Amino acid sequence: MLAFAIRRLIQAVGVMLVVALISFLLFRFVGDPVNQLVGVDTTPEQRAQLRQDLGLNDPVYVQFGRFVGKAARFDFGISYQIKRPVADLIASRLPATLELSLVSAVFALLVGLPMGVYTGLYPQTLLSRLFLALSLTGISLPTFLIGILLIFIFSVNLGWLPSFGRGDVVTIGGFWTTGLLTRSGLSSLILPAITLGLFQMTLIMRLVRGEMLEVLRTDYIKFARARGLSSRAINFGHALKNTLVPVITITGLQIGSIIAFSIITETVFQWPGMGLLFLQAVQNVDIPIMAAYLLLIAFLFTVINFIVDLLYVAVDPRIRIGGAGA
Amino acid sequence: MTATLSVRNLRVEIPTRHGVLTAIDDLSFDIAPGEVLGVVGESGAGKSITGSAIIGLLDPPGRIAGGEILLGGERIDNLPPPAMRRVRGKRIGMIFQDPLTSLNPLYRIGDQLTQTILTHEKMTARAALDKAERLLVEVGIPAAGARLSSYPHQFSGGMRQRVVIALALAADPELVVADEPTTALDVSVQAQVISLLKRLCKDRGASVMLITHDMGVIAETADRVCVLYAGRLAEIGKVRDVVKHPQHPYTHGLMTAIPSLKGDPDARLEQIPGSMPRLGAIPEGCAFNPRCGFRLERCRAERPAAYPTSRSEASCFLLDAAGRAPPPETATAARAAGIEVRAGAPTGADA
Amino acid sequence: MTDAIRVKEEQPGVLSRILRSDLFYSFRRSPITVISAAVTLVLILAALFAPWIAPHDPFDPASLDIMNSLLPPQWTADGQAGFLLGTDDQGRDVLSTILYGMRISLAVGFASVVLAMALGVTLGLIAGYVGGITDTIIMRVADVQLTFPAILTALLIDGVARALAGPQAYEEIVVFVLVLSIGLSFWVQYARTVRGSVLVEANKEYVLAARLIGLRSSTIMFRHVLPNVVGPVLVIATINLALAIITEATLSFLGVGVPPTQPSLGTLIRIGNDYLFSGEWWVTIFPGITLAILALAVNLLGDWLRDALNPKLR
Repeated sequence: MLAFAIRRLIQAVGVMLVVALISFLLFRFVGDPVNQLVGVDTTPEQRAQLRQDLGLNDPVYVQFGRFVGKAARFDFGISYQIKRPVADLIASRLPATLELSLVSAVFALLVGLPMGVYTGLYPQTLLSRLFLALSLTGISLPTFLIGILLIFIFSVNLGWLPSFGRGDVVTIGGFWTTGLLTRSGLSSLILPAITLGLFQMTLIMRLVRGEMLEVLRTDYIKFARARGLSSRAINFGHALKNTLVPVITITGLQIGSIIAFSIITETVFQWPGMGLLFLQAVQNVDIPIMAAYLLLIAFLFTVINFIVDLLYVAVDPRIRIGGAGA
Repeated sequence: MTATLSVRNLRVEIPTRHGVLTAIDDLSFDIAPGEVLGVVGESGAGKSITGSAIIGLLDPPGRIAGGEILLGGERIDNLPPPAMRRVRGKRIGMIFQDPLTSLNPLYRIGDQLTQTILTHEKMTARAALDKAERLLVEVGIPAAGARLSSYPHQFSGGMRQRVVIALALAADPELVVADEPTTALDVSVQAQVISLLKRLCKDRGASVMLITHDMGVIAETADRVCVLYAGRLAEIGKVRDVVKHPQHPYTHGLMTAIPSLKGDPDARLEQIPGSMPRLGAIPEGCAFNPRCGFRLERCRAERPAAYPTSRSEASCFLLDAAGRAPPPETATAARAAGIEVRAGAPTGADA
Repeated sequence: MTDAIRVKEEQPGVLSRILRSDLFYSFRRSPITVISAAVTLVLILAALFAPWIAPHDPFDPASLDIMNSLLPPQWTADGQAGFLLGTDDQGRDVLSTILYGMRISLAVGFASVVLAMALGVTLGLIAGYVGGITDTIIMRVADVQLTFPAILTALLIDGVARALAGPQAYEEIVVFVLVLSIGLSFWVQYARTVRGSVLVEANKEYVLAARLIGLRSSTIMFRHVLPNVVGPVLVIATINLALAIITEATLSFLGVGVPPTQPSLGTLIRIGNDYLFSGEWWVTIFPGITLAILALAVNLLGDWLRDALNPKLR
């Protein structure tokens, strides 16, 4: 178990280094960092001095080492556009994105899982067909379009829910802002969370359904029926537990996707999160923010993958033993 | 005495895109209390489907389209699902072919056993756990108490099939349907598992329906044997009779295809020409007629019933005392093969 | 079945072979698939012939009248004849902009799928056939990229292109950048599938036999291995087409795609989104519906194709 965790950890560090290299190459070679920092009236001598000061004349591997070292201390330099430390900018936006992503993931799981189980158990019923048709629509509708339609219906026409922003937020511990504690914060969260979670929900539903159909065909389910176990014990015990192994994997990976997809949702709802920051950075060629965002996303992905691996082990005894058993 | 299991004119159909296939056609047999009935036939002959039909777990879209199945004299083929569920496991135990896939990999075997016990018997969890341990001891699992908390993948194939047997016997059923219980196992453990199964069922007085394609297993284990061909009964009788004096040309072909230790080691094994028809292409009349060396005119048009002989019962017109006499050379050849040709005998009323 | 039919017909033409194939049978049996195919075809034709069937040329400044801006659809009270689906802020006919916009959406979609397919199939063949360190490198890159959502990869590539080209040049090459960024973010699936098939096929006896009689590796790959992966690759391509169209629309909606002067469906939705609150819903809703129908129809086709070519997966 420990050996497994360590092996996964080493792999994770490897992936992070690769992403760091890409970020570094972006940072160093796409556009000239000096040109971005100084005005047009700067003399060539001043530029050369700055170049020397920034260490841009050092060998590339030294620069990469310095980049990684700084990144490990959350130092990503200064934004070209906003002229503030990138770390501060991201820190101020992080809570909004994480809160939205988490709520969406919970929504996707809480709705998608039961729908998947139902459609897997009763594939022929009218409701199942309806769910399937809805899921296909959910996959075909682009996220931003879903957001626009929700705004059109619930904000513009019905006027029930706000269409942009986070509403009132409360600051906790001096750095974390949350919208979960105020009425306007909660109502502002509903539409973005549904928009962001809908795609993952349909994905989870289709996945659970497929796995459920697969598992229900297995010999051990047939044997369980032959032993006269109740349908409940078979469907929700034996079958569902076996379905969960792949579902955990995919859901875990989807949390990463949700964070990345929040770029779109944040744009539609003008949600003040990291995604919006990143998008503005792409439009303004603000390389330090792009590099930092890339690293951060990769880091979140890696952490999530690691947790998923551990969960996997907790559910499936075949992996847990790792060949140590009989 | 009431038979433990009585199958009457069972008919199983499978609707498909290309029409309705008849997987089991007019099949009847009995299993007496404490008896071991072997069911043999090639793959696709309908052995497993018969087993599934008895326990009420035909894979959809397969369905029972006719006949009756009686357990201890009561019909069970038309029971509502909840009642049938109480029969499964409690009165009929089932053992499947592959022990590697029969156990849920994510549950400890102790949990799988106690869950099964508690489903059918009112007792405390503690008592169920004790019973589970006793069952594991009975099926010969070493250190049974400790192994209750093991997962299936921690057992070898033979050990897993022992666990499966323990699960099938958990609620002391009166009938055990064993569908190729040893096919997936190493040859070395096959005999152990079979003799274990036979001993445990004998101790409990349970009847066994042993489905297999291995005549050796049947010869050693079963009291009677039922031979299926293309979903129909070919022959049924005492094992010794059917093996030594097969009355159906198909059974005869099967028996001569088995190598014998006593016979001439250089003798060539005979084989039946052709192969068993697919379900969609069963010929008119007797299903075996295109491959049969003793075919009569009527074999192409009519279906033979099961005719009794001095030993077994077999579905062949050669045995129909009321039938017209076969051509002399066919009759001679059949008699030479040990078949008690009765067709054309003067005993018939209108011969 | 098919054999029996071939015997009856002396020389089956290509058309009759198609009409009698299992694939066509399952196609005909699924009304939803037939409808999706018809819808896809109609939309593609409409886009192709947009200059002839569009009631107005939305990109001809001379034909635009600012007085006509933000007219509601024709059937509403304030609607005006000639503008079936209303007009946008510049007085452009919404129906015409949709037809022209679909051209760009489809063109970018098809081009990026072709790029992704060419790249993925080639790399997959190489990885599977050459093996060793080449295989490791290609598949490692694929693994790392797979952990990132395609939209993020596309955004990054777009950002890099923007930085390298500068704002002026970027406007000119934006369509190519889109194709490149979408194509580069979808190649992994092809590579994995093809590599898998190559590894399976390479060990089969007929490939061994082909090698024994002295056929060159490249011949074996293209003659024997490639035909085996056509089915799966086609399925991925169809589903990817819907994804690529959605990705292009998303990028354009996010403002990093095609500019408003040559709008795609995504750009149109972005433009219209600004007017949603002031009540001019038609500017964004109609392009949105078109995009949704297009993506849904292509997705349904892909779903059917996957099931038809692989009956085991249901």
